[in-house]
Amino acid sequence: MNVSGLKTRERVSAPAAVAPPPRSRRRRLREIRRDIGFVGPGLLLFCIFVVAAFASSVYHSFTDWNVVTGDAPWVGADNYRAVLDDPRVADSAIFTAKFAVITTILANIIGLGLALLVTQPIFLAKVYRVMFFVPNVIGGVILGYVFRFIFSTAFGAIGDATGIGFFQLPWLGTPATGFWATVIVFVWKTSGYLMVIYVAAIVSIDDSLVEAATIDGANWWQMTRRVTLPLIMPAVTVSVFLTLSISTKLFDVNFALTNGGPYGSTEAFALNIYNEAFTYNNQGVASAKAVIFFVVVGFITIVQVSATKRREVQL
Amino acid sequence: MNITRRARRQAADDDGAPITALKGTTGRKPPRSRIILLSVITGLLALFWLSPFWFVTSNSFKEFGDILKDAAGVPDPFTLDNYSTAWESAGFVSAFFNSFFVTALAVVLMIGIGAMAAWRLARVPHRMNKLVFYIFVSAMIIPFQTIMIPIVQITSDLHLLDSRIGLVLIYLGLGMPLTVFFLHGFVSTAVPVSLEEAARIDGASSWQTFRYIVLPLLRPMLATLAILHTFWIWNDFLLPLLVLFDPEKRTIPLAVFQFFGRHANAWDLALATLVMGILPILVFFLAFQKHIIKGVAAGSVKG
Repeated sequence: MNVSGLKTRERVSAPAAVAPPPRSRRRRLREIRRDIGFVGPGLLLFCIFVVAAFASSVYHSFTDWNVVTGDAPWVGADNYRAVLDDPRVADSAIFTAKFAVITTILANIIGLGLALLVTQPIFLAKVYRVMFFVPNVIGGVILGYVFRFIFSTAFGAIGDATGIGFFQLPWLGTPATGFWATVIVFVWKTSGYLMVIYVAAIVSIDDSLVEAATIDGANWWQMTRRVTLPLIMPAVTVSVFLTLSISTKLFDVNFALTNGGPYGSTEAFALNIYNEAFTYNNQGVASAKAVIFFVVVGFITIVQVSATKRREVQL
Repeated sequence: MNITRRARRQAADDDGAPITALKGTTGRKPPRSRIILLSVITGLLALFWLSPFWFVTSNSFKEFGDILKDAAGVPDPFTLDNYSTAWESAGFVSAFFNSFFVTALAVVLMIGIGAMAAWRLARVPHRMNKLVFYIFVSAMIIPFQTIMIPIVQITSDLHLLDSRIGLVLIYLGLGMPLTVFFLHGFVSTAVPVSLEEAARIDGASSWQTFRYIVLPLLRPMLATLAILHTFWIWNDFLLPLLVLFDPEKRTIPLAVFQFFGRHANAWDLALATLVMGILPILVFFLAFQKHIIKGVAAGSVKG
């Protein structure tokens, strides 16, 4: 769609969605002004609060930083060494790793189960879908407090009424039960979200395959195992890595439910960084932890994004 | 095309969930009794799933002593005292206003400047713009904890601490990657260049083209992003905790947190506060649930 009579060499051969490069100086200046005008605001705020912040984090991880006074004497790799030697960091890392793996498995199984249930021929399926999704909508802090009440008082009441030991445990009082309490809250919150992803995958299965299997005499279990599950594998991959990513970054629920207690035994890595930075005021060490955290989370996220991309291609 | 198949396709286009009269995952229409049985079981499961909310809500209408006596039962006597006390004590009116102000402003501005950037980056992908886009996208993997300390310092240096506007600006910066990422792809598919060129021929400036041609066409994705960002910002806790100090400027999560700090075991008041904290976002969700669920299902909503 060339309007002016340009020489052949200069005609744009790329798809029409791209503007041809400006030729005159005046034009170029105008284009630069447009770049700044349109991209500028977003880019500026992004650079200030993300790029500069990230660079600052990396830099200060090599210093003994005091945010209040602004002092940041260089200490080289000392912070990183301190992090690796710190037993509390090891505990946090193990807690987070255990938590991430267990919640990922549980949340995906439950999410998939709910999705299979909700895609059966039943009445009010859409209402139930909304109901299962509700926990995902409430903020983590509020959910954490809700379950503080549930695990202490409500469970206590049920335990007294029914005599079932399960409800009479000191849920928030020991490391083991504290871990499982956090798992329960997180899985409850996340399963609904995964359910929706799985529902979309199940519904997108080609009808002809379902019909072919039906003609071959497949019952419910065979259909699920041999037709449905294999065909939603891309969604499974996406969901698994998504859950891994979210669970590793656990903070709000952790903070509100146990705040790391009792005695730091239920402190996930993100909470550990927060405490290091704002309770113990070691911003240098905290920055080192933050950088390590970034590397781990970044790796998981990259895998997740490439899995999502692959899935989109298949769809 | 067979009737059930057509209906199913319609249902899938609608929001991705099948309707009852269809074959489900067996391919065969099961007997009515089976349908009813499954519906009831799922219903009971759904009620059980939401039972924590029952505990919190029912006990919020009881006096403290009654909560301890019988945490599982229906409130008797029923009382609204907890709500009136908590309302004042937690400063809920200002908390709600603050959450609303920060969320609304941040979301509106975010999709505005995000769309501007995404459109420009998509239409004029010279080397610099391509680099900018890649930087935006790669920043999506940075977890908040990694940059929270420097953000506090930068905000302080800019004299934006304890400022709701400052908070909005930070959210804008943090939200750019995701916003630009999704809109960039959407621009290529949803906005025909021919329309833009027609506008240009008619004498429209870049800005006018963007405002009157491009923006309306981006509406579906803008809506999805607006909803996604609303959930993120409304429920966000750590950033406001680090950046807001004045009790008058607290957002709802912050107000709930501080309330619990002071009245840790006063369950009667605490539960009323929780219910009040849950209601706004719950109402918002129920109002837009169809769109929200569709957005999640389409995989366009990143966790």
